[in-house]
Amino acid sequence: MADKVLMKGNEAIAEAAILAGCRHYFGYPITPQTEIAAYMAKRMPKIGGTFLQAESEIAAINMVYGAASVGMRVMTSSSSPGVSLKSEGISYMAGSDLPGLIVNVQRGGPGLGGIQPSQSDYFQATKGGGHGDYHLIVIAPDSVQEMADYTVKAFDLADKYRMPVMILADGTMGQMMEPVSLDLDIKPAPEKPWATTGTGCERKHNIINSLSLVPEELEKLNFERFEKYAYIQQNEVMYEEYMMEDAETVIVAFGIAARVSKNAITAARKEGIKVGLIRPITLWPFPTEVISKAADKAKRFISVELSMGQMIEDVKLAVNGKADVELCNRAGGMIPSPEQVLEAIKNGGAK
Amino acid sequence: MTKQILIAGFGGQGILFAGKFLAYKGLTEDKQVSWLPSYGPEMRGGTASCSVILSDEPVGSPIVSNPDVLIAMNIPSLDKYEDSVVPGGVIIADSALIDRHVKRTDVTAIEIPATTLASENNMPTLANMIITGKLLEILDGFNEESIRAALGKVISAKHADMLEINLKALEIGSKL
Repeated sequence: MADKVLMKGNEAIAEAAILAGCRHYFGYPITPQTEIAAYMAKRMPKIGGTFLQAESEIAAINMVYGAASVGMRVMTSSSSPGVSLKSEGISYMAGSDLPGLIVNVQRGGPGLGGIQPSQSDYFQATKGGGHGDYHLIVIAPDSVQEMADYTVKAFDLADKYRMPVMILADGTMGQMMEPVSLDLDIKPAPEKPWATTGTGCERKHNIINSLSLVPEELEKLNFERFEKYAYIQQNEVMYEEYMMEDAETVIVAFGIAARVSKNAITAARKEGIKVGLIRPITLWPFPTEVISKAADKAKRFISVELSMGQMIEDVKLAVNGKADVELCNRAGGMIPSPEQVLEAIKNGGAK
Repeated sequence: MTKQILIAGFGGQGILFAGKFLAYKGLTEDKQVSWLPSYGPEMRGGTASCSVILSDEPVGSPIVSNPDVLIAMNIPSLDKYEDSVVPGGVIIADSALIDRHVKRTDVTAIEIPATTLASENNMPTLANMIITGKLLEILDGFNEESIRAALGKVISAKHADMLEINLKALEIGSKL
C-alpha cells in the first residue's frame, strides 16, 4: 500500500480533477466542501490553471458554462444551498449540451439548513433540479478512493455525452480521510469540434446556445437529447451488490448510508439473517433493472437514506409492487446508526 | 481485528493531528484506516473530536459512536463520551485537565496528567502526543520505525524539525 496517501474526500476530488486535465475551477466557499476550493486555490496557479472565487455561485456556474463552451475540462463545487443557486446555469448547460463537472457535498436542508451530512438533494440531483426536460449523470461515491476514481470518470462521461455530470457526495465523504491511490485511469480528453475556439476562417461558426424559439425545433432537440439519455440508461448504470446471493431482505443505500448499512448487514449475517445490499453508484441512471430482478426473489426492501425518503420512490418504481419497500432514515444532518439499520432489518422500517 | 478510537478535547489541543498520526501509522502498517473529524462550527477553545478506525478488514461506517478506546482531553469530552465506550474498552483521560475520575467500572481507565507532563518536559503543546503514546503502548507497543514513518507523513516539510520532539512525546507517554 506504499503508493497510497491519506486524503480528505474533498481533496481527492480536487487532485483527481487536476490529474484528469481540469485546469479551470470556479467556485464559492461553503461548508462542507470548501477544501475543494482551497486545494484548487493552492494548486491551479502552479500548473498554469485558473482558480477563481466568483462573486456568487450563479457567477461560478456561468463561468463553467463559458469555459466548457471553448472545450475546456472545467468544474465547480458547492454544497446544497449553493447548488440550488447553480441550478439555472446547470439547466443552461444541459440545454446547450455542455460537458462539465458539478460537485455537491451535501448538507442538511431545506433552506440554509445546517452543515452536517445529508442526502436530501437526491430529488434535485436526479430529477432535474433546474427547469426543463433534462438529466445529469449523477454519481454517488462511498469512499475517498471512489471520490477520486469517479471524478475522473465524470469528466470522461461529460465529454463523451456532452452533458454536465454531478458527483453527489455528503459531508462525511468530503471531510473523512482514507487511503487513496492516485494511480487513476486517465484518458486524454476527446477532440471537441463543436467548441467555440475560433473558426480560423476555415469553418462555419460554432454556436453554443440554449435558446430555441421555434417549438418544432426545440421539441426535436428534446427528443434527440432523450435518445441520448436512453442510451446512457442502457450503458452507464453502475452499482455494487453486497451479500446478495441469498438475500431475502435487500437494503438499497448509497454513499455514507451504504457504508453504515454494511456494518448492519455484517451484524445481521452473524445472527443468520439473510440480508444484502444493492448500492447504486450512479443515481441517474438508476440501477432499476438490478433492483427489479432482485425483487423477483427478495421479500422486502429497505431504503436507507439521510433524507425524509427520496430515493425510496425510485426503489418503489423498480420493485413495482413485487415486494414491500420500507424506509430507514435520519434527516437534517443526522446519520442512521448501524444499530438503527439492524433494527429495521429485524423488525421493519417505516412503510 | 478492528479498533475504533475516539479522540476528543478542546480545539487547539491537537486532537485532529493526533488522529491523523494514528491513521497514517495504520496506513504505514498496511491496515485499513479511516479518519473523520467533527466539523461543526468549531473554534479554538471549543470542542473538537475525531473518529479513527484501524482495521484488518475494509472499514464500513467511518463514524465511531461506540469506541474501543476513548481519549478524553477535557471534562466536556469525558462527560459526553464516557458512556459510549464499549464494555471492556479503554478510557485514557488527561487528569491534569479533568478533575474527576472515570466513573465506568467495566472499562480500563487510565488517567495520566498529560498536560502537566508536557509542560514539565518543555513541550507544552504536545500533551496530545504524550497521551497518544500511551494509546500506542496499549494498542501494539512502541514501534519506532512505523511511528517515524507516520510522523514524517503527518508533519509538513515546513515543520520537519518538530519530528524528534513529537517522537519524544510519544515515548514519554508510552512509558507511563
